[in-house]
Amino acid sequence: MASQEIALTANTAPGTSLVDRLHRLVATVDHKELGLMYIGTALIFLVVAGLMAVAIRLQLAIPNNTLLEPEVFNRFFTMHGTAMVFLVGMPIIAGLGNYLVPLMIGTRDMAFPRLNAFGYWMFVFGALLLYFSYLGAPGLNGHGSAPDVGWFAYAPLTGRAFSRGHSTDYWILSLLLTSVGSTVSAINVVATTLTLRCRGMKLMRMPLFVWMMLVTNFMIILALPSLSAAQIMLLIDRYLGGHFFDTQSGGSAVLWQHFFWIFGHPEVYILIIPGFACLSEIIPVFSRKPIFGYPVMVGATTMIAFISFGVWAHHMFTVGMTSVGNTFFAVSTMLVGVPTGIKIFNWLGTIYGGKIRLDLPMIFCLGFLFQFLIAGLTGVMLAVTPFDWQLSDSYFVVAHFHYVLIGGLLYALFAGFYYWYPKAVGRLLNRKLGLWHFWLFTIGFHLTFDTMHFSGLLGMPRRIFTYDVGRGWEMLNLIGSVGAIFQAVGVLCLAINILRSLRHGKVAGNDPWDAWTLEWATTSPPPIYNFESAPVVRSRRPLWDLKHPEDPDWKYEEAGSGEN
Amino acid sequence: MINEASLLPVEATEWKLPSSRKVAIVCLILTETCLFSIFVVAYLFYLGKSLTGPTPREVLELPVFSTICLLSSSVTIMLAESAFKKEREKLFRVLWLLTIALAAIFLSLTAREWHTLIYDKGLTISTNLFGTTFYSLVGLHASHVIVGLCLLLLVFIFSLTGSLTQMHRQRIQMISWYWHFVDAVWVVVFTVVYVIGR
Repeated sequence: MASQEIALTANTAPGTSLVDRLHRLVATVDHKELGLMYIGTALIFLVVAGLMAVAIRLQLAIPNNTLLEPEVFNRFFTMHGTAMVFLVGMPIIAGLGNYLVPLMIGTRDMAFPRLNAFGYWMFVFGALLLYFSYLGAPGLNGHGSAPDVGWFAYAPLTGRAFSRGHSTDYWILSLLLTSVGSTVSAINVVATTLTLRCRGMKLMRMPLFVWMMLVTNFMIILALPSLSAAQIMLLIDRYLGGHFFDTQSGGSAVLWQHFFWIFGHPEVYILIIPGFACLSEIIPVFSRKPIFGYPVMVGATTMIAFISFGVWAHHMFTVGMTSVGNTFFAVSTMLVGVPTGIKIFNWLGTIYGGKIRLDLPMIFCLGFLFQFLIAGLTGVMLAVTPFDWQLSDSYFVVAHFHYVLIGGLLYALFAGFYYWYPKAVGRLLNRKLGLWHFWLFTIGFHLTFDTMHFSGLLGMPRRIFTYDVGRGWEMLNLIGSVGAIFQAVGVLCLAINILRSLRHGKVAGNDPWDAWTLEWATTSPPPIYNFESAPVVRSRRPLWDLKHPEDPDWKYEEAGSGEN
Repeated sequence: MINEASLLPVEATEWKLPSSRKVAIVCLILTETCLFSIFVVAYLFYLGKSLTGPTPREVLELPVFSTICLLSSSVTIMLAESAFKKEREKLFRVLWLLTIALAAIFLSLTAREWHTLIYDKGLTISTNLFGTTFYSLVGLHASHVIVGLCLLLLVFIFSLTGSLTQMHRQRIQMISWYWHFVDAVWVVVFTVVYVIGR
C-alpha cells in the first residue's frame, strides 16, 4: 500500500504548472494518456448529447407541448444520434482499446504511437466541427443551423434544394474527419494486437477482450469506408452539381440508404462487441471461474462480424425491395441471433456454479444480461419483414435500439468503468454512489424505454415533435420523460463519483479484484513503460498461474483442447 | 510486488510475430479497397441510367498507352526495390526516376483526356449520371496516383540528399506495396469504365 502512495504522488508531481500540463496533453503519444483523453472527451459529449435527449423527452412529455420549436427538435434528435454514435460510442471504444490492449498483451505502447495521437486529434477536430455548425452553418445567407436530417441523413432531404445553408455540409465534413481518426486508430489496434504480443501469448491465449477488440477494429476498417464514400458522393452532389442521389436526374435515393446501412449495420456491432468484450473479462473474475467456452466465444464473435456485413437492408424493408431481398435479409438477420445467443449462454455458463461477488462491475453486467436479452428478442421480432412493415419508423424501433445501446452497450461500459477505473487512477470508485447510479439509472431506463415499446405498438411514429391528445400515448410519454430525469440523475451520480474518487477514493492497489489478465500485474496507474520487464505467458490466465503455482492453467490448456 | 518475468516459466520455443508496418499497410489497402468498391458499385449501378447524353460509347476512348505506362511502373518500382536491396544506388535512382516519369505520364494523359471531355465533348461532372460517376471514380483513382507520386518524389529527393539508407528498406517496400495497389485498382477501373461500361 505504501508503495502505491509513492507511485501516485510521483506521477502527478512533475510539470504541475498549467502550461506544462497543457503541453503534455497536446504532445503526448502514450497509449494510456490518449486512451483516457478519448474516454474523457467522449464523456463530455455523452453529457451534451444526453442533455439533448432530456430536452427531447421534456418536449414529448405532454401533448401539444411548445418547449422546443419543430426545427430545434429536428436538430436535437439529429445531433443527439450523430453525437452518441460518433462522438461517444466510437471514442469510448477507441479509448478502452487504446488503454487496455497494450496492457493486456504485455507490451509497452501501441505499434504507432504518433499515429495514435493523430487519430485522437482528428476525432477532436471533427467533433468540434460538428458542434461548430450551430455558429458556422448559417453562413452568409442565414439559412441552416446544426444538421437536422437525422443521423442517417437520408437522400433526397440532404440535397441542396431541401437542405439549404451549410448544416448538411458540417455533418458530412465532421464525420469524414472522425472517420479518418477512427480508421487510423483501428489500423493501429489491429497492428498492435497482431505484432506486439508478449512472449507466449498465442492468438488463442489472448484475453477475450483483446480478441473482441481485434474483431471490432477489423470491422471498422471494412465498414467505415462505405460511409465515407457515400459522404464524398453527397459532397459532390452538393458542391459540384453531381447526381448520385438526385432523383430528378436519374439518381437513386435508395442507393444512399444501401450505402449508409452497409456501414450502419456493421457499425451497430462495432459498438456492441466492445460491450461483449468488457463482459467477457468481468463476469469470469466476479464469478471466480474461467470463461466458459473460450474458443466458442472467439468463433461466435467472428461469426457475428461476418454476418453483420450481410444484413444491412433489414433497415429498408419498407422501401419496397423484392420478396427475395426481403426474405434474404430477414433470414440473415435472424441468423445473427445464433452466435449472440451462444455468447449469452456462455456468460450464463460462466456464472453458473460460480462463487459470485456482487461488486459494482458485476451488478452492471447482470443488468446487461437481462436487458440485452430483451433487446435481442425485439431485434428478432423486427427481422420478421411483415412485423417490420407495421412497426418501422415507430417508437418500437426507438425502444429496440436504445435497449441495445443503453441497456446493452452502456451498461457494459459502466461495468468497464467500475472495473478498470482503479487501474487507471489507482483508487476505487465509491460503492454507495455506484449503487445509487445503478438503481436510479436502471429504474429510469425501464421507465423510458419499456413504455416506448407500447407507444410504438400504439402507432406513435419516430421523429415527431409533438402529438395530439386522445391517441392513448399521453401517459406512456409522460412516464418515459420522468424516466429520462431518473437516468440523468443516475449519470450525475457517476460523474460525481468519478471526480470525487480521483482524490478521495479508497486506494486500490495493483490488483483490487484478484483478476487474471496482465493489466493487473503492473502498478495502478501503470508506469509510462507499463512493465519493467516483458512478461511471458503460458496460459489464458497468466496471473492465475502466478498466484497458484501448484495448480496452473497451462497444465490443463496444454493437455486438453487442441486449439493451442 | 509481482515480477512476472522471473516467476513465470519461460517457454523455450521461438517467438516471432509479423512486422507492424506490413500489417498496417495491408489494413490500409483493405480499407481503401472498400472505399473503391463503393464507387465501383455506384458506377455499375448507374450504367445506362443517364437521362441525357453524352454516353460512354460516344465520348470515351481506350486509354491504352497510359494503362501501359501505369502497369509498367509497377515493374520498374519492383526492379528499383531489388536494386536498393543489393545496394546498387545508381541503378536504384534510375529505376525510381523511371517510375516517377511513368506515373507523371499517366497523370498528364488523364488530364488531357479530361480536358478533351470537358471542352470538346461537353461532359462535366454535372452533365449527367455518367459524368458524375465517371469523374468521381477515375478522379478517386487519380488522387491516389497523386499521393503515390508525392511519396515517390520524396524518396527520390531523400536519395539525392543522401539521407536514404538501408535502414529505410522496409519503408521503400511499403511504398511499392501501395503503388502495386494503385495499379491493381486501375485494372479494375479500366475494366469497369472502359471495357464493361463502354
